[in-house]
Amino acid sequence: MIKEPNSLLLCYHCGEPCETETIRINDKAFCCQGCKTVYEILNKVELCDYYSLDKAPGLTQRKPVRPDKFAFLDDKDLQGKLINFKDGHQSHASFYLPQMHCSSCIWLLEHLGRVDSHIVRSQVNFLKKEVSVVFDHEHCSLRKVAELLTMIGYEPHFSLHNLAAKPSATYDKSRIYKIGITGFCFGNIMLLSFPEYFSLGNMTESNLQKLFSFLILLLSLPVFFYGASDFFISAWKGIRQRILNIDAPIALAILITFGRSLYEILSHSGAGYMDSMSGIVFFMLLGRFFQDKTYNTMAFNRDYTSYFPLGVTVLEEGGRERQIPVSELKTGHRMKVHSGEIIPADCILFLGKGMIDYSFVSGEAMPVEKHIGEIIYAGGKQMGGALELEVVKDVSQSYLTQLWNNDAFSNDEEKSTSYIHALSRYFTLILFSVATAAAFYWQMHDPSRVWGAVTAVLIVACPCALLLSATFTNGNMLRILQKYGFYARHASVIEQIPRADTIVFDKTGTITLQRGKSSIIYTGKPLPAEAQQMIRSLAGQSGHPLSKAIIQSLPFSKMLPVKHYKEIPGHGLKGYILDREVMMGSADFVQDKKNTSMPGSHVYVKIDGEIAGYYSIGTSYREGLSGLLKKLRSKYRIALLSGDNNSEYNRLKSWFNEGLLFGQSPQDKLDYIHSLQQDGHKVIMIGDGLNDAGALKQSDVGIAVSDNVNNFSPACDVIMKGESLGYLDTLLAYCKKNRQIINLSFVISIIYNLIGLYFAVRGELRPVIAAILMPISSVSIVLFTTGMSSLFAMKLKKTASTLQKHSKTDKDHTSD
Amino acid sequence: MSVIIILISASLLIALGFLIAFIWSVKTNQYEDDYTPSVRMLFENDTKQIPDEEEKQQPNT
Repeated sequence: MIKEPNSLLLCYHCGEPCETETIRINDKAFCCQGCKTVYEILNKVELCDYYSLDKAPGLTQRKPVRPDKFAFLDDKDLQGKLINFKDGHQSHASFYLPQMHCSSCIWLLEHLGRVDSHIVRSQVNFLKKEVSVVFDHEHCSLRKVAELLTMIGYEPHFSLHNLAAKPSATYDKSRIYKIGITGFCFGNIMLLSFPEYFSLGNMTESNLQKLFSFLILLLSLPVFFYGASDFFISAWKGIRQRILNIDAPIALAILITFGRSLYEILSHSGAGYMDSMSGIVFFMLLGRFFQDKTYNTMAFNRDYTSYFPLGVTVLEEGGRERQIPVSELKTGHRMKVHSGEIIPADCILFLGKGMIDYSFVSGEAMPVEKHIGEIIYAGGKQMGGALELEVVKDVSQSYLTQLWNNDAFSNDEEKSTSYIHALSRYFTLILFSVATAAAFYWQMHDPSRVWGAVTAVLIVACPCALLLSATFTNGNMLRILQKYGFYARHASVIEQIPRADTIVFDKTGTITLQRGKSSIIYTGKPLPAEAQQMIRSLAGQSGHPLSKAIIQSLPFSKMLPVKHYKEIPGHGLKGYILDREVMMGSADFVQDKKNTSMPGSHVYVKIDGEIAGYYSIGTSYREGLSGLLKKLRSKYRIALLSGDNNSEYNRLKSWFNEGLLFGQSPQDKLDYIHSLQQDGHKVIMIGDGLNDAGALKQSDVGIAVSDNVNNFSPACDVIMKGESLGYLDTLLAYCKKNRQIINLSFVISIIYNLIGLYFAVRGELRPVIAAILMPISSVSIVLFTTGMSSLFAMKLKKTASTLQKHSKTDKDHTSD
Repeated sequence: MSVIIILISASLLIALGFLIAFIWSVKTNQYEDDYTPSVRMLFENDTKQIPDEEEKQQPNT
């Protein structure tokens, strides 16, 4: 009997189809013991609301976690690093739970206290996929909390990266405080200046006037000393390094405005320009914040430590197992690695059969078999059973991790400074010459007005408009690009992109679809459902990646018992199902005389001595790729760097116009980019894995492609969604508009400046004129830049929507 | 006109109050996570009470 897919029993916990009907509680069926256990735990502590919030919210528990996996958390040093805060009774720690995906998860994780009463409080940050737990450390421990989370289906992820200093949020916060305080002072100073504006300097009651100017002075102090401090610090740093950045003229303008206003207020000779000064500082702070508000849930600076496990099992003499932090792993240690774990150092296989998935390290699509005595490089993931390994190199000296000792990783400075700094230099030069000219003129005609005219020129001609136009354009563009799945680390990336003339692609995972998801095409006689079930059952006996891929391509059905099962490595599988002989494997294995194709790419199926057909396994490229490359070819030199073999060479040859290199090691990739740069090219590298990390870092703009942006991606400048790759050319073209917009808005700001200068050189810049010009110019620049960048985004929208219509397979699991 | 002095000081005090409220909200991480609270808000009423919590509530009613 073969069941129709719609009558399948679905697991109450995780929603996956159940293979047997025996695991059940009352009317609820479960796919595995693991799911049933989770349900039992939740039922016991009355947390079954978990299931009513979302249907089948759990994750399959078919892969059990070994019991001592978190034993390394008993290590005191590690605890100290993982626990954020500790007092007499309670400890605070946060766990990263990548499995968190729905509102049920939030609900369950915030009620951990009911499962274990020693957990005092737990709070979820869904965007960061973190849960911060407060627990009683006398009765509970870090390990117990981790085990509890694992038990209910949320296995916390620990990596070496957790141990590095946490990025401090204090910097961001002080920025927000500055905006808040400056805004408050700006508003109130404006309010207190109103009488001055309307009566234009003829206040009737001098007492009131004194009080107002005193209050204005008081309110301007926090703006000058606190709000504007960033500009002074940055300008000073620049001058000490002999660089005149844009903050230098701004700091000068703020300083002179403050100084002159202070003099006027204290000597009762005028009202000062405190309102304009605080307004400028406020808008500039706002612009910087708008531009730099990056995505704090994404990490752009990951290195290999993010991927490697925190603890490893070491076998001591006498066979005793011990958990040690990976940092203590030394050459000569005997290490045990379980299925699904990453090997943290180069080692020799001692016991067991290695089935190593190197896709993340080298770009090879298929796992590699390793036998006793062979060397296994760090970064590979064991897919088969447990292994015993002997470490031959320290973690930091391994084949893969050596890459991070390269020079490209040691300089963390910005790759290039923004071009507005250069522009501001000319600006400053012109400004000084105008000021000097005005000084000379008044020296000749009316020496008493020299001081007033010069200071007014410096006040009016502050390049704050330039800063505003750059920050608001960049900020808005970053947001628009983000909508299309293009997350830039910093605004300077947008300015870098138009300079590039070469694009280098990685193959596996970048231009091809997700790893392990190769396309399976069946050719031959149509297979009845029964035959499909038999093939599935036979393939299910084998751990070979091709068998797994075939299983995935077949519709779900129950596994049938297989008798006399035989697997001949490198050739195929054989077995009897329902008394029928089923064979799967290479052409010579099934003794097909007609076809003698390449081994590995075809899997033939033979049932009852008759060949039914074959499965061909090929690489599937991302949708719209050939169209994209065709468009890019006309504007850029494009090259391909692959760690994989050259089996796809013929297909790829026509797509690229520069280099086509296969079998590249991570170091080769870095060197290739470096040699391109030596020839004077600006390079965009597009990759995805750790094997591209060096190249991404070395390139001028490193773009990491990821199918789930919250997943791991190596250090880069941009994280891009896989489905956005199809319109990469439009995104790059959009970045080019950035400079155009900034230049245009700069012209507008110069017009305002000229009006202001007209009054300033005549020594007639009254506070009210400054107070009108400043907000008008700021607001119009903000409107112009955001408006223009949104206008240019129309084309982007059009391209993106037409491409999305073409691909109906757009499955976006990320929560928006 | 001296009433203006009172009005000005009152308005400044109110504005200062809002500034302090703003600083407090930033300090207590209220802007750190703007998604989870929107979901959390929907749970609280429809969960079953833990028995001993119900007992605690009874004397009050």
